[in-house]
Parts: sequence; C-alpha cells; structure tokens
Amino acid sequence: MDRYSVELIDVTKIFGHREAASDSIVAVNGVSLRLIQGELLTLLGPSGCGKTTTLRMVGGFETPTYGRILLDGKVINDVPPHRRDTAMVFQSYALFPHLTVFENVAYGLRMRKMDACTISAKTRHALSLVGLEGMEERPPGSLSGGQQQRVALARALVVEPKVLLLDEPLSNLDARLRAQMRIEIRKIQQALNMTSMYVTHDQEEAMSLSDRIAVMNHGRIEQIGTPQDVYARPANRFVADFMGSKTTFLDGTVMSLDGDQVNVQVLDAVLPFEKVPDIAPGDKVELVVRSETVDIVPPGKGTFPARIIHAAYFGSHVLYEVDLFGTNVTAEIPDPQERNMFSRGSEVGINLKTRSIYLLRKVMN
Amino acid sequence: MVSLLIRQEAELGRPLNRRSQSMVLKEPLVVFVIIAIAAALVLFVLYPLYSVLKTSLMQSDGTIGLEVYRNLLAKSYNRRPLVNSIRLGVIVAVLGTIIGFIFAYCTTRVDVPLKGFFKAVAMFPMISPPFIMSLATIMLFGNNGLITKHFLGGLVNFKIYGLRGLVIVETLAYFPTAYLVLSGVLQAIDSSIEDAARDLGASWWQVFRTVTLPLAIPGIASALLLIFIESLADFGNPIILSGDYQVLAVQAYLRITGLYDLPGGAGLAVILLVPSLIAFFVQKYWVSKRSYVTVTGKPSGQRISRNEPWVKTAALIVCVVLTAIILLFYGTAFVGSFMTLWGVNYDFTLANYRHVFQVAGEYIKDTLFLATVATPITGLLAMIIAFLVVRKQFFGRQALELVSMLSFAVPGTVVGIGYILAFNQPPILLTGTASIIIILFIFRNMPTGIQSGIAALQQIDPSIEEASCDLGADSGTTFRKITLPLIAPAFFSGLVFSFVRCVTAISAIVFVVSGRWKLITVAVLGSVENSDLAQAAAFCVVIVGMVMAAIGIINLLVYQPWKRGPQEVSKKPAISGGAEPWIGTA
Repeated sequence: MDRYSVELIDVTKIFGHREAASDSIVAVNGVSLRLIQGELLTLLGPSGCGKTTTLRMVGGFETPTYGRILLDGKVINDVPPHRRDTAMVFQSYALFPHLTVFENVAYGLRMRKMDACTISAKTRHALSLVGLEGMEERPPGSLSGGQQQRVALARALVVEPKVLLLDEPLSNLDARLRAQMRIEIRKIQQALNMTSMYVTHDQEEAMSLSDRIAVMNHGRIEQIGTPQDVYARPANRFVADFMGSKTTFLDGTVMSLDGDQVNVQVLDAVLPFEKVPDIAPGDKVELVVRSETVDIVPPGKGTFPARIIHAAYFGSHVLYEVDLFGTNVTAEIPDPQERNMFSRGSEVGINLKTRSIYLLRKVMN
Repeated sequence: MVSLLIRQEAELGRPLNRRSQSMVLKEPLVVFVIIAIAAALVLFVLYPLYSVLKTSLMQSDGTIGLEVYRNLLAKSYNRRPLVNSIRLGVIVAVLGTIIGFIFAYCTTRVDVPLKGFFKAVAMFPMISPPFIMSLATIMLFGNNGLITKHFLGGLVNFKIYGLRGLVIVETLAYFPTAYLVLSGVLQAIDSSIEDAARDLGASWWQVFRTVTLPLAIPGIASALLLIFIESLADFGNPIILSGDYQVLAVQAYLRITGLYDLPGGAGLAVILLVPSLIAFFVQKYWVSKRSYVTVTGKPSGQRISRNEPWVKTAALIVCVVLTAIILLFYGTAFVGSFMTLWGVNYDFTLANYRHVFQVAGEYIKDTLFLATVATPITGLLAMIIAFLVVRKQFFGRQALELVSMLSFAVPGTVVGIGYILAFNQPPILLTGTASIIIILFIFRNMPTGIQSGIAALQQIDPSIEEASCDLGADSGTTFRKITLPLIAPAFFSGLVFSFVRCVTAISAIVFVVSGRWKLITVAVLGSVENSDLAQAAAFCVVIVGMVMAAIGIINLLVYQPWKRGPQEVSKKPAISGGAEPWIGTA
C-alpha cells in the first residue's frame, strides 16, 4: 500500500450541535485528499468555503466531526496540536511579540528540548534561508510586514515538520511583495522537498506555486488537479468561473462528432472544438470563454459582429468589453502597441480561439 | 492667560492634531472652555492638595517646618499606620491580582458554562458600598458571627478584626479591578499566537508559561498597582474592621475628627498620598508603555477555547467557588437586614427598613438629590475634557489630562481633608453647603468618564469630525452633533459609574457632610458605630437597590427598547464600561 504524507479520508466538520441541524454549520463536507512527499497542494476557494477549517484540522486546532486524518499513514485525529509533526504559518503571522526574532524561530526547537548548540545552528540556518541574517535580536514589532512574514515562515520551517501548513500567508502583503514572496516560498519548499498545504483565495497565487490545486466551495472539493487541469479543463461551471478573471459562458448545442473534434452551434455559427468526454449530438453545452480566447478584428471580418462597450488600456494589454448578440463578453488583446485600438461604440468583428475553449455539459435545472 | 494656550510643539505634532493646532485660537468658545476647565481643576483638585501640604507644614509655634513629620515618623509606634497600610496594600494587591487573573483566564480562555452569570457576580463589589463586605464578614466571622459562634460553637477563636479580616474583605472587594484589566489584556492577545505556540510543540502549560503569561505581564503589573492604590485609599472597610490594626486613611480621619489635630491629620494624609502617587505614576508612565502592540495586520478572528475536560472542570470549580463566596457575603448582608439583632435574635423583622425609610428618609432624599445633580455634570465635563485632550492641541494639554486624572490616585481621605482645609474660610466658604458635596462628587468621579471618553474617541476617525467642520459646523456644534452621539456609550458608562460612586462613596465625603446635607453612606457608618449591624445592612441593601435602579434606568435610556432602528447597532449596555477599570477609592 502506498504511504501518503498526508491523507484526509471523508473528513467532515460540523460546528455547533451535531444533531440539531438548526444552529449547526457544515464547514467541511466529506473532503478526501492525498499528498505525496514533497508535494505542494493548495486549497483554493472563496471565503467561507471550508479551506481554512480543513487546514486547521490537519494542524489539530479543530477536530473532525467525521472522517480520518492521517500523517505518514497514522491516524492523528486525537493527537493535540503540540504533539503533531505539523507547522503552520498563520495569516496574522502570530509572532510572539515579547520574543526576539531569534527566540521566535528557536521556540519550536526549545519545545523539542534540543541543546543550545543545535538550536543556534538550526535557527541561524532557517533565518538565512529566508534572508533574515542579522535580524536575530530585533523584536518582531520593528520589522516590516514582509520581514515578519519571513520570520513566520522560518519559525515553521525550522522544526522540519512532516507537513508545512500555510494559511493565506501572503494576504497581508502588498501586491508586489506578494508576487515576490510566493516565488520565494515555492523555491524554499522545493529545495527542502517539504510536503505543504497552502490555503488561499487568490487563484493566481494558487496556480503559480502549486503542484496541485483543490478548488473548494461550500465545504466540498469541486475539483482537484494540476493548475493546467483546473484552469483549462474545469470540472464544472463553478470552477470555470472561479479560475480566470473574466470568464463568459456562451450556450451551444452539439451538432456532430468528428473524431477528436466536436461541432457546436454557437449563436449563428457552427464551430469546431476539441472533444470532451460523454458528449453526444443534441447535447446542450456551455462554452468557457475566457478573455484571452477572444480576438477582436476589424468590422466585417471574424465570426461574429460585435460592438465595443468599454475599452481599458493596461499597457501590456487592452481589455475590451463587447456586446455580442446581447451578451457581454470580455476580450483581452495583448501587445496593443502593435495594432490599432478600437474606441468605445465602434463596430468590430470577433473570432473565438476554439482550441483554447473548453466545453461544459450544461446542467439542466 | 491666552499666551499659555498655543505653542508650536514639534514633538507633539501628530498629523491629526497639527491641523487643528493653529485653529484653536480662532475659536473663542474652545479657548474659553479650556480656560474655565483649567481654572476649575486648579481650584478644586490642586488647591485642596496644596492646602493639605501647607497645613502639614505648620508647626506648633506657628512657623513652617517639618515638625509634624518628625513626630509622625520618628518613633516606630507612630510609623505603624504607614507600615500597616503598605503591608495590607501589598498582600491585597497580590491576592486580588492572582484571583483576578485566574478568573479572567477562566472566563476568556475556557468555554465554561454560565459565563455571563459569573462575570455579573464578579462585578458586584464594584457597584456596592465599600463596607458591605465588612458587615457581612462580621456577621459571619465576628464574635457573634454565624459561622464562628453558631456553626463552630465559639470553639475556635477566629480573630476577624485586624489584618486578616481586612485582607479577606479587600481582596474580595478589589479583585474585580484586576479581573477587568486582565480580561481586557487576555482578550487582546491574538489567539493565533497561542495556536502558533501549540503548533510548535508547546503543551497547554508551556503555552501559558512562555506566551500567555509573559504577554499579560504589563496587565498584571497594572492590576497590582491599581489594587495597591485602592487598598491604600480604602476607608470604609478599615474603619469597621481594622480593630487595632491601624491604617493611614482611618488614622488621618480620627486625628482630625477625634483629636482636632489638623496638622497631624494633614501630615498623615500626605504620607498616605506619597505611595499612592508613586504607584499611579509607575502605572501610568512605565507599565502602560510596556504593553505589546499586536504585531499583525489582521487578527485571525478565530478564538479557540481550551476545551480539554479537565481544564473546563477546573475552571468551572474556580468560578463556582468564587461566585459562591461573593454571594455568601452579599446574601448574609441581605438576610441580615431582616434580622432583629444579628448574633442574638434571628427573628424576621422589617423594623430595620422602617427605620431606614422613616427616620433616615432624609438621608436617602439628600443622597439622591446630590447624586442626580452631580452625575450629568460629571459625565458631560468628562466628555468635554476627553474631547479636548484627544482632539485639540494646546499648551498645557498633557498637564490638563494629568490633573483631571489625578483623583484616580489621590485617596479620598486626602481629598476630604483638603476640601475642609481649603474651603472653610473666605474667600471660598463652602463648608456645610450642598455645593461642596456636589463639587467633590464631580471632581472625584470624573476620571472614569474621561478615560472611557478618551478610549472611545481614539476609536473614531477624526476625519468624521473634520467632515462636519468642512460642512460648516464649528467645534461646539461638531461636538454636540457628531462627537457626543458617537461616544454615547462611553458617556453613559461614565454616568453610571459616577452615580454609583456618589451613592457609595464614603472616604472623602465623610469630611464634608454637615447637619444640612446628609448622605446615606454616613448613616451606615453611624449604624455601625452603634453596633447595629442589621440596620447598617438594611442601609446597604437600599444603596444597592438605588444603584441597580440607576443602572437599569440609564441602560433603558441607552437601549430604548421601545424604539427600534439602526441606532441599536452602536449601542452597548452602559455598564460595560470603558477601557480602564473604574477605580473605587471610595
């Protein structure tokens, strides 16, 4: 039998009274996950989806109502947090304000009763890993947000946990620092080959640092897979909508199957798309039209006629909002310097990059 | 006078204040209010203290000198009150802080049932007259005490008068101060810091020892000092219970009212003042600066309680035992008020209440009248001072704050002596009038309101007030229309505490009451002196009833249950109080 670093089997967490349904909240509902050694898995979802509760159950701060949590093949449901081989980076950093940077990082080692020499060596190594040499004697209150974040990371890494838990660790940083830190976290995590669970609501963050992403909603996992899987081949409309910033759904009807190709009637045209499983002629489908899959061409050209409602210039690209037969579709056109911009109100043509557009079977309500 | 108001002070130039700084002069109303308040503070806070000091330096031959202090401090016998007061203060501070901490930990960190009930009972000692605990103690443990005489049959000679009794009584009376301070401190510690320690391998005890306790140290130091100040200033309990254990507050009173030795009494008052002021300044300028600001952008919001069964059980036992003891004392006083003669005749009677309402009805009437006049003035003045201190920049701002807060630290006995010395001759002859009592009430009870007002104002973005000014309102209108409604909860809690202290205070007021104006607490003292404990208890029950009624009425005004609307959101019960605890140096 394969041994997983971390395994969640059908884990459910109900807050409030287990039996009285009226005032109880199902925060996590039948979640199953497996992480192999060295893998970074992100729990991604909107606020209140149960991702932090899931993480806190692995850390031992909440006890699952049902289900089992295994660490290295052993059930740890009833192991209190201080006896678990996990280490968490908290959203608020939770640095000890009365201890120096060094003492903060050394705290976990002291709790493990290591000798002073080892503590000093390991602590200094961890601090150098996050680039905080020379800050040892500073109180955490005197550090910048980014530095505090690094202390929190070093403090968790230094105890060499079996699994590193990160609870929205970057949400208190500004955008530029956030982008920089997520690269750094990923590099350190890969260098140490540290199994990690990462919670975030930022899909860009999730995609850029994860081996796999579990998209959660209402306490359930909607889809679990590599960043490419969940972005390019979403399991359902929720995932399709949550991943990617500007997604429009266009209705279509499957006309015919042709090898690896499926012909779908969209608006007044029939277009070829890549085949998706379990689909037959006559099925209703939804096209996951992301902004980068829409191209804008001069009027008279392209598959459909459309009209520009709004144009926003970003330097690296232009975002157009266009009216396509009464539906608002967003188009992202790269490198606007190369071509003419269209102004608000102008009539244009639209092409869909059908190879990049995924089809979802329409769920009938 | 005006020249002292404005000065460009670079080091005070916090950005919010800088804007209003040069504006103050252009607002005559603000200038007038500042001058008026400053004058009142000098006259009614500083001048009485000065009078005490001056009187204590008068020698028997009419010259100025240290004769009084030589007499008071030379012989070890004479030093005893000072040593006793400090010893009592230290013991009570330590015990009260320990109990307050345990109780605060139990109610903030552990998911005990009946939390609200426990908290409410713990607040009892804060809203009741100081001597109620002493009365109950004598009823239970005195020579004719229920426990000592009737349960133990007089077998054990349990000496309750003296240090032992005072420690029990003052610990119970003042631990709520520590509880308030420390539950605030414990709640402010981001629970994820404790989670982090757990996560890194610390057991419950290790988390407590290495994280919770160190973070609470500044709060613990505050609690120790505040209780020390309260115990030093306590007059109501020692005058009943001290026996031959002499303490400063009582000795100063006896010297003046019994021996008519004004310089000696004043000297004792100054000796009492010194340790109180030291403790106050250490608390205000040293301890309160040590607190750890939260080092995080965003609190996690998750609050986990320790739910291990043994922790829960232990906490529940602590809470039950403590509330049971408090309720035993209050219950004893309550039941005792219906007894014919405690210790001898336990027949039920209403005679004590008949006496309270018929013979001593005047006391109740006068007390209610004086408290009702003083309370709104106190509340409003406190809010105005808080507003000036937080929002306006003027020369002497910090001095104004300090002087207005001084009554926290000055024991009531000292203030009372100061008032009779300062205001018993022209040009300001107030002795025997209602004014002296009302003024004393106002200036003694203001600091609580100021503290909660300051705390509330610091929560409010000054740009809200700037918006009002921007739209054409002057400072006065802005204060009335914008600021006051926003800090209404602090205002009402100031009202509640002010009223409570008016009807429960004794230490200062005992010096300024007169034949014309009588106060109910003085009547209790009279009953105790006549050894009529049951009647004293009846008075106390009536006082507690008045306090409850006042809290009920003020809360009703705040909540306005007959009105429903968006206002409800911002309104808290007035009794919840401000950030700083109310320090009852009654």
